[in-house]
Amino acid sequence: MSMKPELMKRMVKGPDGVEFEVEPLRDYFCEAPPTVMPAAYSRIVEDLFNWARAESLWILGFGTGCGAIEMRPLMTPRFDAYRFGVQWRPTPRQANLFIISGYLSTKTLKRAIRSYEQMQNPKYVIGLGSCTINGGMYWDSYNTIKRLDDYLPVDLYIAGCMPRPEALLAGFQELKTIIRAGKAEGANKYAENFEWYKANQKRVIHDWDMPDYNW
Amino acid sequence: MQFEWMKIPYALLTLFIVVNFGMLLGAFIQKIGARVGRRHGIPVWQNHIDLIKNYGLRSSITHGTMFYLGPVFRLSGGVGLLLFVPTIHGSEMFSNLSFAGDLILALYFVFFGALGMALGAGESGHPHAAIGVTRGLSQMSMAELPFALATFSIALQYQTLSITDIVAAQQGGMLNWTLFTNPLAVAAAMLSFLGSMMRPPFDVVLAPQEIPIGPPTEYHSSYLALMQTNRALFPIAKIVIYMNLFFGGAASWPVFFFKVFLIYLWSAFVGVVFPRFRVEQSIRWFLVWAVPLGVLSILLV
Ligand code: SF4
Repeated sequence: MSMKPELMKRMVKGPDGVEFEVEPLRDYFCEAPPTVMPAAYSRIVEDLFNWARAESLWILGFGTGCGAIEMRPLMTPRFDAYRFGVQWRPTPRQANLFIISGYLSTKTLKRAIRSYEQMQNPKYVIGLGSCTINGGMYWDSYNTIKRLDDYLPVDLYIAGCMPRPEALLAGFQELKTIIRAGKAEGANKYAENFEWYKANQKRVIHDWDMPDYNW
Repeated sequence: MQFEWMKIPYALLTLFIVVNFGMLLGAFIQKIGARVGRRHGIPVWQNHIDLIKNYGLRSSITHGTMFYLGPVFRLSGGVGLLLFVPTIHGSEMFSNLSFAGDLILALYFVFFGALGMALGAGESGHPHAAIGVTRGLSQMSMAELPFALATFSIALQYQTLSITDIVAAQQGGMLNWTLFTNPLAVAAAMLSFLGSMMRPPFDVVLAPQEIPIGPPTEYHSSYLALMQTNRALFPIAKIVIYMNLFFGGAASWPVFFFKVFLIYLWSAFVGVVFPRFRVEQSIRWFLVWAVPLGVLSILLV
């Protein structure tokens, strides 16, 4: 496994002349694995939260494949997804819906994992396009992943190559019913099967140079 | 003066009304912006839903003490601003905790939240947050300058630092409003108002398309919800001051809602027409257009 030099354990000289040891992965990141987060105690409160979560989907603006081009029209007057409580956030911390828009090269997968792990529980993943389902037309590529579900817990697939913006809108409505029914527990699934997901991820990412979980 | 304990529940009631009104109004203004772009825009209750969702998120992480305190400071800045200013003129119930020197205190509270935010965002350690803070503080200091000048001019004009007295002096017909008795000060303050509302053309600090979303980059879950509450509260509190100082205050809630809406609309109106300024452009703009007006208004008083 090749590590970037700035991530290696090394000695650093501070501005005051004192030398000390730095181990970036240990010192700069928190490596605690994710835990399963229970729902609210009472059914009514959880239902209220689920309703609010369904009606306020904040998408992480991260386009991976060609499908990303189909998300932009949703902001325009013709489709106007804002009507349905769908908004775009520029930072993973504030988003709760991650759309993997098409093929995912192993290089991008690394970034996608980091972004996904920085989102807050509960979080949802939509796989957009055939590439996320079975590899699509990149099924024999040496460089892309074939089944997104092996690497991140997917709540919903939108099939097509590429799906029209209308299909995305329909997908949002479908996701809303899943969330309202309390079945969209991807973040907890990820925490429960953490080892399995990590093993799959590490099998394709050969230059793994980040902590196992990115808070 | 005897302190009346009854004032506390009344003040809380004011707070409740203003927060809800602020959230609805914010969404409504966004809807107007969307209409200009021929969209339907978000539903008017969207802000309430977002707030519930953010409080309902299960996990949250921290970057340190100041990271906690940032949103708290911010919110107390907004709450303080609102509570020390008489909301409804002549009403025992909604004059809140106003007292003789509250004008100075209000000026201070306008800045207090931003400083807390700067410390909190700094502790988050995210480079985008640091850039956002630098931009925000420099633009805001510049935007507040004309307002401060206008406030001094008004304090000189009415020979008092109490907002209640200033409102009282403006009663009895529209022509008694500061808008007509001291138009230059009002003009300077209204230009400064544009700068502090975080709407275009001066929203480079918080706009999602710029350096991702500025100071709140790392904020999420309940932290973000606290800040959203403040985002609803703060503009209204600010407008209340403007209304009291320049537009004769409000004697009842309907008048209050109406005037606040009109003043808010002013920033929305400018926002949909003009494109966004960069920070150095907006600073230059304030220096060239707003500050001379403020100085002039002091000289003329
Ligand atoms: S499904 Fe089709 S459109 Fe989407 S990323 Fe794959 S090849 Fe591109």
